[in-house]
Amino acid sequence: MKQTFGTLTVKTAMLVIFALLLFAPFLFQDIRALEVAARICIFIVLVASYDLLIGYTGIVSFAHTMFFGFGAYGSAIALKQMGPGWDAVALGTAAGVLVSLVVATAIGLVSLRVKAIFFAMITLAAASVVLVLASQLSQITGGEDGMTYRTPDLFKTATKLLVADDGKVVRWFGVKLNGKLAAYYFVFFTSLVLFLVMLRITVSPLGTVLKAIRENEARAEAIGYRVVAYRTFVFCLSAVVASLAGSIYALWLKYTGPDTALSFAIMIDILLMVVIGGMGTMWGAVIGAVLMVMAQYYLRDLMGAASEAVAGIPLLPELLAPDRWLFWLGIIFILLVYFFPKGIVGTLNTKGVRS
Amino acid sequence: MPQPSLSTTDLTIRFGGHVAVNRVSCDFHPGETTVIVGPNGAGKTTYFNLISGQLTASEGTVHKGGLDITRMSPSTRAKHGLGRAFQLTNLFPQLCVLENIRLAVQARAGAGWGLLRTAASLTHLTDAAQGYLEAAHLTDKADIPAAALPHGDQRKLEVALLMAMEPDIYMFDEPTAGMSLDQAPAVLDLIATIKSDPTKTVLLVEHKMDVVRALADRIIVLHNGELLADGAPDEVMSSQIVRDVYLGTATEETA
Repeated sequence: MKQTFGTLTVKTAMLVIFALLLFAPFLFQDIRALEVAARICIFIVLVASYDLLIGYTGIVSFAHTMFFGFGAYGSAIALKQMGPGWDAVALGTAAGVLVSLVVATAIGLVSLRVKAIFFAMITLAAASVVLVLASQLSQITGGEDGMTYRTPDLFKTATKLLVADDGKVVRWFGVKLNGKLAAYYFVFFTSLVLFLVMLRITVSPLGTVLKAIRENEARAEAIGYRVVAYRTFVFCLSAVVASLAGSIYALWLKYTGPDTALSFAIMIDILLMVVIGGMGTMWGAVIGAVLMVMAQYYLRDLMGAASEAVAGIPLLPELLAPDRWLFWLGIIFILLVYFFPKGIVGTLNTKGVRS
Repeated sequence: MPQPSLSTTDLTIRFGGHVAVNRVSCDFHPGETTVIVGPNGAGKTTYFNLISGQLTASEGTVHKGGLDITRMSPSTRAKHGLGRAFQLTNLFPQLCVLENIRLAVQARAGAGWGLLRTAASLTHLTDAAQGYLEAAHLTDKADIPAAALPHGDQRKLEVALLMAMEPDIYMFDEPTAGMSLDQAPAVLDLIATIKSDPTKTVLLVEHKMDVVRALADRIIVLHNGELLADGAPDEVMSSQIVRDVYLGTATEETA
């Protein structure tokens, strides 16, 4: 890819986002901001793993939150049943990955041969079944209420990572070196590693085959690639990564329920993020996740402020009332899709390049 | 006669009540270029699809060498040395020209499952791909997406993609379809190069009589899914039955 204004913009944005997330606890010293930063990290991984499917290989699946949920519920159930130890974390995460792998392989082998639309329907059905199961098996899953649990001591807010002579927790730039900070950096670095692994896969020989399958499945088969095997593999791979992201999120939130880990609302968020950011780019996942999560958390506040600012002018305060934030979010989406038909990163990458 | 490199025995496919290819038995040999002719709807492309695996036979068998490949997937057949180019341009449109070829080289090298290295670091594959581009006179267009190529260059890329597979059996489905008179020779030269290798078997579906005359060692005629004639070009072209069903209609079409 030639260096152009567009690609340069994307690269700069990536560096800025990376720096902001890396120093988030120091830059934004409030609980809510850290919550947003951690959610962004996890959704970058989740959306990037979905991009491997939809953007790189051209597989449309509606079961991605299901795998996210397997990971989250795996960790949550293990922590709830076994107590807050690292053994529970390891076992829960491994169980989540294993279940994801088995289910993904089963769905993949049975249905990746059929037409794309049928495959999408099958994933939708599987995800619905799991959602119903999670709310019905309330003995194990906590049902609709979900479950709260304790995580390993390292991540407790009361844990002091460094203690000064007077027995108080050490502060760096005014930030307490406590368990919350440890938890954030655990989320940040595991997400970073998972993202980099996926990024590397996209430029591996396997990544090139995935693109070939997306571009022309029949020809990829004709030149000697077993399309079904590759599709099943990438479906399993993305399922495992989604499951790991779920486990990390469960550790961070200390709560797992249908709304945080399994609902179709999350699936729609993932779809929107990947479309807004740009399919088949990986960087699009980063941009999409950042914009969406920020909008979900801050658009209401922003509109509240805007509404007050225009108080006295007729109609405008009504339009900008915080309760209408979903309406504005919808308008922003439509504008983004209109002006960035290939997603933000996809469109920027082609800016200045003759195609 | 040596063992055929490819043979079909009573090869048949039905779509509902319609028999598209009906009990076609034919042997093909290394060093021989066979042109398959017949009017539209005669089953030429369907016959090709049965051999390369896009369709699976209702009855009959396909053997490559001594190997029964009748039930194999297209990718497995490709690994056994069966290469196919398509009538309608069938490339990876958004990928650049070099990447199109590199994918075929990579498939043959069995490197598609590689996860630990980057594709760019496998320079021997890229170098090999460059070689095929050069042979097809596409080197200066290596970085252009395949979809952005003019039609003639897309046809060349189609042939280069097949050459990069290095098959034993080359199957061309109207390789010069839609090409202008001045572009066609470039593709025909490529095919002539392949044809000059005595270990390669070439199958060609073609309408244009000058192409048929230039390349054919042997002609088979399909009509309504059945094998109507099989023999040396002069012999087949002069037979009355072939004139009636094929050449007659062809001259009317071109007139």
